[in-house]
Amino acid sequence: MKEAEGEKQRKGMVQDIIFLGIALIVAIILLSIFPDRREVVATASWEIFIEMIWILPAVMVLMGLFSAWVSKETVVKYLGKASGIKGIFFAILFGSLPTGPLYVVFPVAATLIKKGARISNIIIFLSAWACIKVPQEMVEFQFLGLKFMAARLILTIIFVVIMGVSIEKIIEWSDKKESEPIGGKDGAGI
Amino acid sequence: MSSTAIFINVFTLGCLIFAFIRNRAKTRQALIVAVKSFLRILPIVFTIIIFIGLFLGFVSPSIISEIVGEQSGFGGVLFVALLGAISHIPSLVSFPLAASLIKSGASVTAVAAFITTLTMIGIVTLPLEIKELGKKVALLRNGISFVFAIIIALIMGSIL
Repeated sequence: MKEAEGEKQRKGMVQDIIFLGIALIVAIILLSIFPDRREVVATASWEIFIEMIWILPAVMVLMGLFSAWVSKETVVKYLGKASGIKGIFFAILFGSLPTGPLYVVFPVAATLIKKGARISNIIIFLSAWACIKVPQEMVEFQFLGLKFMAARLILTIIFVVIMGVSIEKIIEWSDKKESEPIGGKDGAGI
Repeated sequence: MSSTAIFINVFTLGCLIFAFIRNRAKTRQALIVAVKSFLRILPIVFTIIIFIGLFLGFVSPSIISEIVGEQSGFGGVLFVALLGAISHIPSLVSFPLAASLIKSGASVTAVAAFITTLTMIGIVTLPLEIKELGKKVALLRNGISFVFAIIIALIMGSIL
């Protein structure tokens, strides 16, 4: 499992470096055909580079701290049995603290379904993991401003909770109709 | 250095010192993870920096505002929302891209739609999500996310 993940990482890295190479070649070709654009492009790129380099190390350190302190086991332990407002709170909290790509968290969600956690909490947790992250919000704050970041954050939390609850209702309703198990075997039960 | 960047760095430093006092070994481990993920994301960061530079240098603001600006209407929003749903770039680098789009004439609604679908929806990871969570849950989550992302974007556009 660990090795497969490492292999995936290496492959992804090679792919990213290839993309970088392509971008560089395209940039060199375009700028040698249109030398008058060189200054605009260089200035714009340089500005973004400076902005990124001031915050990226801090963002990475925060991500590292979260991943060291909040383990998958902690998440499963708390989310497995929490319900109601407390469940929603934990789902958002645990979703927003740790970091990593979405595919890392699907197995955690599957474990939660098997453990009998509520569908609504799992959906909220998954969605929070995808789009409400403390380090991510900081970068959004830096580039798009406090108003944009705060408005999007609050709206996202509201709609993610609505979505979690409605998906749970839809699943329960369709289970009653078909009595066919979805996801994990005892997933839709409460 | 902007005040936001100062705030982020001070906040992180505070967390780091607190973590170091609490548990040295774990903090070391966290820093190793940090360095690794920093190196991991670096090629994407440079790619996006070059991309934004070329984008701003070659695509005129009038074209941008025509496609994703205020006058592009609902069609423009739908277009960028779809683009965000199928794109597979880390959200961290999507923010500078979004900022430069706004600077060159894109509407808040379009940019909010792009970021929200980009983070919430994963077409690329959908097969894995179906495998782990079942077809119904995965499709419902991504489908409803798309609709809600557009609603979030429309509200953002009207309040900002």
